[in-house]
Amino acid sequence: MAFVAFGSQAPTKDQNPTKGGRVALWLLLPGLFYLALFFITPLISLIITSLKQPSLSGGIGRYDLGVEFGNYAYAITQYAPQIFRSFSFALLATVLALAISYPIAYFIAVRARDRPLLKGILLTLVVAPFFISFLLRTFAWKQIFSNDSLIVNLLKDVGIFGSDSYIIGTNFAVVFGLVYNFIPFMTLPIYANLDRLDLRLVEAGSDLYASPARTFRKITFPLSMPGIISGTLLTFIPISGDYVVASRDFLGGPDTAMIGNVVEANFLRIQDYPTASALSVMLMATIVVLVSAYVKRSGTDDLL
Amino acid sequence: MAIDFVARGQDLELKGIRKEFPGFVAVDNLDLKIPAGEFFALLGPSGCGKTTTLRMIAGLESPTQGEILLGGKDIAGMKPHERPVNTVFQNYALFPHMSVLENVAFGIRQRKVAEPLPMAQQALAMVELEHLAQRRPQQLSGGQQQRVALARALVNRPSLLLLDEPLGALDLKLRRQMQIELKAIQMEVGLTFLHVTHDQEEAMDMADTVAVMNNGHIEQLGAPEALYERPKTAFVAKFLGQSNIFIGKVAESNSETTSIDFNGKKITGLTSRSEKHTGKIAIGVRPEKTNFHEEEPAATSGLNILGPGEITDIRFTGVSNQYQIDIPDVGEITVFAQNVGRSPVIELGAKVFVSWKVEHSFGLADLPSGAEEAE
Repeated sequence: MAFVAFGSQAPTKDQNPTKGGRVALWLLLPGLFYLALFFITPLISLIITSLKQPSLSGGIGRYDLGVEFGNYAYAITQYAPQIFRSFSFALLATVLALAISYPIAYFIAVRARDRPLLKGILLTLVVAPFFISFLLRTFAWKQIFSNDSLIVNLLKDVGIFGSDSYIIGTNFAVVFGLVYNFIPFMTLPIYANLDRLDLRLVEAGSDLYASPARTFRKITFPLSMPGIISGTLLTFIPISGDYVVASRDFLGGPDTAMIGNVVEANFLRIQDYPTASALSVMLMATIVVLVSAYVKRSGTDDLL
Repeated sequence: MAIDFVARGQDLELKGIRKEFPGFVAVDNLDLKIPAGEFFALLGPSGCGKTTTLRMIAGLESPTQGEILLGGKDIAGMKPHERPVNTVFQNYALFPHMSVLENVAFGIRQRKVAEPLPMAQQALAMVELEHLAQRRPQQLSGGQQQRVALARALVNRPSLLLLDEPLGALDLKLRRQMQIELKAIQMEVGLTFLHVTHDQEEAMDMADTVAVMNNGHIEQLGAPEALYERPKTAFVAKFLGQSNIFIGKVAESNSETTSIDFNGKKITGLTSRSEKHTGKIAIGVRPEKTNFHEEEPAATSGLNILGPGEITDIRFTGVSNQYQIDIPDVGEITVFAQNVGRSPVIELGAKVFVSWKVEHSFGLADLPSGAEEAE
């Protein structure tokens, strides 16, 4: 119905409903064209590639059209640990990012509401990391955590670390890097939601005998669910496919590879395109299933 | 949590309440006593400190100094959720993510009542909304939301119910209907109601006692009739209804009457209905207490007569006609004449005299703002 507003006679409702609809369709065309060209086409190409079989004429990186479902079975058996690790890391990093971001977002949106200067400074601080390349920032953490760094030496000196302990290449380093990189993506949607929180509802809660903790649990938190859901989606989905943080060039090691790293290796180094494609398709399918189940369970439509 | 459910309302007493915000004083040394079971209205223009006063009683603001006694106990230091006080908020503040029933049950759930839902149902029945219990607040009309907010507060049986301009968002007709319902519910439950409003008709219609607030303090407090018939300050005379006010030096004052010399004309009031009897004072009269005449009335001691003047404006408001009469040396006088169809036919520009009975004058304790500098 919102499309009707684009028609020339928006307020008079039943002029000619199909006319407004047609205008809307024309307006949609560029978007549909873009989607078809840059999303549907590569997706079909990816699925076709994932079903290809090795070329009979031989040669590395040469494949013929086929319907080889074995590529999927191979990818699963071969890369089960990486698949499992990807989703575990993504889940863990999302939960940690939420735990860190929510208080930040709450503070900026609610506590600093009447202090525009403080609010501006804090928001800038949240966004500031974006001004520096994602690769550079991750690389900086590699320096900070490297084997001869101040932190590692300090941990050794106080006896928490043994002489042969290290940080780079551990699960900790990878999850840390993921959380760090994705905190703004979690903080901003939650902030945007809490910024619109009607504080009179919180006052009404306390007026109705709810302690501050209960008011938060019964009113503020449920009302901020849409923000939490967008934040977790914006974090979980990219982390599941991330291949920078966990790579050996950055914070990862041989035992921290995620799906993204395997896909990258198969596409660019081993040139096993069908397996790489099969992994990509499975990653996408899994995310779609997980995310729809999640969104459905959280019942965001109740809140809107 | 030890919040007592009470069967009846409790006394509220404010002692020397002061509230400072950065840069201004919102409430200045306020003393107020509201007896249990009374419907009390705080009336004033926006920015007079009435909402701040209400928020301090609810615990949403803390007073800079002073005591808030409820049933004799000082609650000024208590957190809002510990106070046996509930509020009907100006924009209702219903929880959008809960059903109407859950909204109403919210308070009693926090107080660990055994069966909150039947109690909430009962409260909804009282405001005649039990059939909408499962709806979301945003699916209800403004008047229905207002009633849900009322049920949500009343179900807790608070010692004191605070109403923060609860009818402000409703249209006139619904407003009048809700006023009647609200008053009926208050009589039924017998709780103490503190109603904050800027609508003088609403305050006079519903409240047992009205306190008129201005600039952070109470100008005058009393029964609606007393406030209207006998305003004591210029602010009350002008904020509560309309008034014609005349300022002049006292020319004569005895035990019966007090007269001022107003630009050479004598205006008289009863000494018992005057706050001051010496110096420069203001005497007023309500427009509906005045009459106009085409012929000069015979001068008697019981009548103030001014004129002749010219009618400069006539406004038809339905129940009455409002006339502006410009009298040389006197200024503009407003006269209300009931629309009973037997008033003389008067046209714009007609020359008339204005009169009113001496006992309808009231003498004020202060002068209207700006009057002192005028001379």
